[in-house]
Amino acid sequence: MGRILLAVFLMALVSYLPRVLPMIFLRKRIQSPFFQSFLSYVPYAVLGAMTFPAILYATGDTASALVGLSVALLLAFYEKGLMTVAICAVLAVYVFQFFAL
Amino acid sequence: MKIQRQGRNLQAPLFFSRTRTKIRFTEDFRLGFRHGLPIALGYIPVSFAFGLLAVKGGLPAWVATLISLTNLTSAGQFAGTNLILAGASLLEITFTTLIINLRYLLMSLSLAQKLAPDLTLVQRTMLAFGITDETFTVAALEKTEITFSYMLGLIVGPYVGWGTGTLLGGIVCTLLPPTLQNALGITLYAMFIALVLPPTKKSRSILLVVAVAALVSSILTWLPVFRFLSAGWRITIVTIIACLFGAKFFPNGSHQQ
Repeated sequence: MGRILLAVFLMALVSYLPRVLPMIFLRKRIQSPFFQSFLSYVPYAVLGAMTFPAILYATGDTASALVGLSVALLLAFYEKGLMTVAICAVLAVYVFQFFAL
Repeated sequence: MKIQRQGRNLQAPLFFSRTRTKIRFTEDFRLGFRHGLPIALGYIPVSFAFGLLAVKGGLPAWVATLISLTNLTSAGQFAGTNLILAGASLLEITFTTLIINLRYLLMSLSLAQKLAPDLTLVQRTMLAFGITDETFTVAALEKTEITFSYMLGLIVGPYVGWGTGTLLGGIVCTLLPPTLQNALGITLYAMFIALVLPPTKKSRSILLVVAVAALVSSILTWLPVFRFLSAGWRITIVTIIACLFGAKFFPNGSHQQ
């Protein structure tokens, strides 16, 4: 058990370091326009990378995932809240799978 | 995301300023907390599955929960725990987890640019702990500067959800009805779409960056040559490529202040 806890501690350490080091050492705003621009695109790139193509495998079958994806796209296009979009997509997948199976 | 922070525009006389600061703290915290709720909801099935797998693999439920509460990262702790269960060396466990978590460097770097300048070092190190793919993107897409109280509120719900889900999964150790579990699998992705779609309507550069990211991510996922890449590495590589693309071709996108 001691070895496992040591492993957990090391995992926690290497999970925290990449998060905290930039916060400590980069307290000044970055001046380079290129790097500023680069960093400003990070959240959008991360979102795109996390969502596609992973969403297609999120529900166990591609058909229901496509249904959920379409519902989410439609509601997001009309700028509904995060909660609304999330819950409606889950319901759509659930109902679709209920009738498809 | 459309809710404005009303506290920002209050012009109270100076002698009210302590009360005003307090009100703003509470308002910002509550706004952050609201923004964090869908993340918390999405974390529950994922952390539930983590607790389940860890306990099935032979770890006590409290150790699984301890991992979730100290690591607070999906891909990294899944991989690390698998290696613990497989009896891997400490070096291998540490190195693999570190590699998967390197993407947080970019996110922390990006978020540090948006934090209100009056944050103390202690406050920054506290908030750093709560950076995940999801809390980062929500905070990064906020229109205004990120205050300490907003970020704290944003982190609390997902943190509690992540821990609670793990504990439940570890204790229950039986599956939710599979259909419900499947349906819940789409929660986080639906939220991502709700986050990313509105800004792509307003800015062509953002739309193209997202499209490049989605395309490269699909290529890295589907081409067998890249099968060896873990999810964490994939996100890192895709992010760098898509952001280089954005910074090179649209250095002055309309979303930048």
